[in-house]
Amino acid sequence: MSRTALIFSLLTLLLAVLFVADLAVGSVAIAPAEVWNALTGGACDPATRDIILKIRLLKAITALAAGAALAASGLEMQTLFRNPLAGPYVLGVSSGASLGVALFLLGAPLLGIGGSSFLQSLGIVGAAWLGAALVLAAILAISRRIKDIMVILILGMMFGSGVSAIVEILQYLSDEAALKTFVIWTMGSLGEVTGDRLTLMLPVLLAGFVLAVAVIKPLNLLLLGENYARTMGLNVQRTRLRIFLSTVLLAGTVTAFCGPVGFIGLAVPHLARMIFASADHRILVPGSMMAGAALLLVCDLVSKSLALPINTITALMGIPVVIYVVTRNRNLFR
Amino acid sequence: MSISLRHITLAYGRRTLLEEVCAEFAPRSLTALIGRNGTGKSTLLRAIAGLNPAAKGDVCLCGRPLAELAPQQRAATVSFVTTERVRIANLACEDVVALGRAPYTNWIGRLREEDRQIVHRALEQVGMGAFARKTMDRMSDGECQRVMIARALAQDTPVILLDEPTAFLDLPNRYELAILLRRLAHEERKCILFSTHDLDIALSLCDAVALIDTPQLHLLPADEMVRSGWIERLFAGENACFDAATRTVRLR
Repeated sequence: MSRTALIFSLLTLLLAVLFVADLAVGSVAIAPAEVWNALTGGACDPATRDIILKIRLLKAITALAAGAALAASGLEMQTLFRNPLAGPYVLGVSSGASLGVALFLLGAPLLGIGGSSFLQSLGIVGAAWLGAALVLAAILAISRRIKDIMVILILGMMFGSGVSAIVEILQYLSDEAALKTFVIWTMGSLGEVTGDRLTLMLPVLLAGFVLAVAVIKPLNLLLLGENYARTMGLNVQRTRLRIFLSTVLLAGTVTAFCGPVGFIGLAVPHLARMIFASADHRILVPGSMMAGAALLLVCDLVSKSLALPINTITALMGIPVVIYVVTRNRNLFR
Repeated sequence: MSISLRHITLAYGRRTLLEEVCAEFAPRSLTALIGRNGTGKSTLLRAIAGLNPAAKGDVCLCGRPLAELAPQQRAATVSFVTTERVRIANLACEDVVALGRAPYTNWIGRLREEDRQIVHRALEQVGMGAFARKTMDRMSDGECQRVMIARALAQDTPVILLDEPTAFLDLPNRYELAILLRRLAHEERKCILFSTHDLDIALSLCDAVALIDTPQLHLLPADEMVRSGWIERLFAGENACFDAATRTVRLR
């Protein structure tokens, strides 16, 4: 068995173990054997079965899908921009989502729909997605006119900062209750995803994953830069469109449902490059997705054990990876 | 003809670089493109590669207008080695060369046995067969340049363009590289056009020399170029001058 196949097998095994562990750990500890019984329909206490199937399973699936989505879009952004510090949020996806949520939280009470918590939480998802999509659409419109990808990167970052400034104004103006809801949203949560929402989230993510797989060959060509990619027959404009679309479907959707979960998308592609010792996206796209899913499961386990918001944990676990990569100073893109 | 320039006008911003230029580049020939900084050597190469369209006129490759070629057809006709230095960690030489097969591989870029053989042969042709598994970030400039040329060979195009391929190399490596290009042009029947500031290499190793004398392009066999007086004009008003008798540059 080749080294790559071995690593993929080990990653699969790790994912399975982490998935079961994520189901077992929580405010009530459940033995792995009982988790297994609950999943397979064996003998099991009904209350335990409910905890596993109705709460923890949804959360674990969310972690799995969100981790894979953030890692895949982070990888796409890093290769497209040939920048090791690019991530799913580099173009302002999270700022756009924040603006949507802030506008909604500030505006909803005025419209009188703030009272229903169900409407409110659904509105947060919709507003976040719309905000992210609008920012990406603006970047896309710009990118059709601008040839230099670095200019687009800088414009994206400036755009994101501008949007963040507006969000701050909204925060400053908003009342205490809305402010608290907003701040909690920015801390991220995997637990907000109910069964209904999962059936909405997964197909959208699936479309994003399909696009990510479809750009594997273009991503490999982009390793040499857009000029070389063009001379090897790549339609660069169409590729940019697909990559941006994939990012809004993946990172935008995760942000809408779980809040801006940081650092997974930035750190995991580096981890994948390191463990697979490869720059080939035929390995890195599935590898990053699996590693991202695994890392977010680990973060969820830690966040549950310490009862802390998921975003603090992903930052604390992602930052050392990024520091390690940057200080090792290998030429990742040129 | 491999490359035909038909009444080409090139501009960089609002500055006209070349005006109404016509030239023909034959297969099985190595041509050096010389000219002063900022006269449009790179812009001309990029126009022939299809990266920037010419302001006016047509570029024809192997008899077909560039504008009519689909991206994939263009990639099968002309390959380009740019000045960008590619140094990517974890990317082995043979992987870089294999990217040259992109116009011929399937949606995910899977290499067939035939592609592998072409990649292997391309690396052998540039004398880098032993480096197949080495990664690009651990190689010298000369080695990297050879790998990028192997990538262009793997792309299997009748026309190969190179933008200042000798720029970062030491003196022996410059000549070795030019000799390699000459061999590839003659043995593989390629039409190779490269920009350079190495006058001696251009005059002693190339079949033809294209000289940019803004806004004109003069294309002559190397020996005729020496006698033509165009090279002297490059040095007009400078402290050095070109001596056609010895083919060297000396102080005035």
